[in-house]
Amino acid sequence: MSAHTTETGRPAETGETPAFPMPRAAGCPFDPPSRLREMRAEGPPAKVRLWDGSTPWLVTRYADQRALLADPRISADTGLPGYPHPTPGSAERRRYARTFISMDDPGHSRLRRMVTAPFTVRRVEALRPVVQGIVNGLIDDMLAGPRPVDLVREFALPVPSMVICEMLGVPYADHDFFQADSRILVNRDEPVQAQARAQENLVGYLERLVSAKLVRPGDDVLSRVAAEQVATGALSRRDAAAMGMLLLVAGHETTANMIALGTLALLLHPGQLAELRDSGDPALVASTVEELLRYLTIVHSGRRRVALADIEVGGRTIHAGDGVVLATDAANRDEERFADPDRLDDHRDARGHLAFGFGVHQCLGQNLARMELQVVYGTLYRRIPGLRLAVDLDRVPFKHDAQIFGVYELPVTW
Amino acid sequence: MRVFADQDRCVGSGQCVLTAPAVFDQRDEDGIVTLLTDDPPPGEHEAVRRAAVLCPAMAIRLAGS
Repeated sequence: MSAHTTETGRPAETGETPAFPMPRAAGCPFDPPSRLREMRAEGPPAKVRLWDGSTPWLVTRYADQRALLADPRISADTGLPGYPHPTPGSAERRRYARTFISMDDPGHSRLRRMVTAPFTVRRVEALRPVVQGIVNGLIDDMLAGPRPVDLVREFALPVPSMVICEMLGVPYADHDFFQADSRILVNRDEPVQAQARAQENLVGYLERLVSAKLVRPGDDVLSRVAAEQVATGALSRRDAAAMGMLLLVAGHETTANMIALGTLALLLHPGQLAELRDSGDPALVASTVEELLRYLTIVHSGRRRVALADIEVGGRTIHAGDGVVLATDAANRDEERFADPDRLDDHRDARGHLAFGFGVHQCLGQNLARMELQVVYGTLYRRIPGLRLAVDLDRVPFKHDAQIFGVYELPVTW
Repeated sequence: MRVFADQDRCVGSGQCVLTAPAVFDQRDEDGIVTLLTDDPPPGEHEAVRRAAVLCPAMAIRLAGS
């Protein structure tokens, strides 16, 4: 490419190693950063510079990312030299607790299979009426209360929080505590010590819960892990607690952001919102969920891996020991995979998107997330047909500094 | 068409069940793939091919047309 200028008119860093993550262009909160889009258009993997000065490969094309994420010659082990840590806290935290998300097979598979049962399509479907009840109750409360409301606080965060608490057997009454620590864990700019402390708080809390469930089990995931794994010696209490923490944090931060950011995207596409609201067609609700997952791709700091062998990708050689960052947000806007990729189109067949990742680490909770989002998008706008932003778009605080994109607040009224 | 599902590779993501529920199922105890049939009728072939593409663990293999 010859004409390298960014939207600010500044010459792009041609010949230099660009910093990653990159800032989104002003006024385009839903689109991946323009430099990232340029790199995808250029094609092959290229080096980027991270916060610690390391220079891993950035992979931007859909086909390359899909192939690499499924390649056993690439590792998710955060302890290996060359692993491209997203934050100083991420490098540090590994010493305190390790879960299957940062392990390779066979260890990864052994641990993951301990908690896959509650996330099967059938078990998640059986939970749909519970989620519908939670969503209805929260909407009733909003309708009965004052306006405007912050949709994040009153709805987007409580929905997944109540659902994951119900599944895990974590008392929802403790939500102020674990939501605050979850938020610290996913913030890019949080000091190392604060992240280590937040993680220690959460693991300690879950360890006490696991111990209590060994004595007095309930009908929930933590009780099952306690009885089947901890009591039999297959898993230590601490490892069980770390796994519980992973599920708790992952269950919060992702779905909550999809609810709020998805609602904002739909409010800015009123034709599609009206069709969704008026049709009542479950197939349209489901395709809207897939399309918003693709279009928003809220995990916007890249999937992180390290190469275990030399791997050829798009004419480049990623060498053994090189860090690899896979920009799934760029992949999901790749026109070689999705026609007219920058258009939100709720009739599109968006399945195959990489919003949940790909390969053996693909999101364990994806079917739960899908079902929650289907209930939310299928109910909220029907129950509150006049829903609208209560502030100008430029006053909405976006989570540019978080590892998972979203909005801190979404003031709405009706 | 002959369908093979590799239970060792499977990670229990359930993509196949979402895509071709007449052909694929998940074990209740750990979410691992099971086949309801390894010889699906022609009307299911397109969904099965799609399930094989969507499987994140590449645990589904197809033989024949």
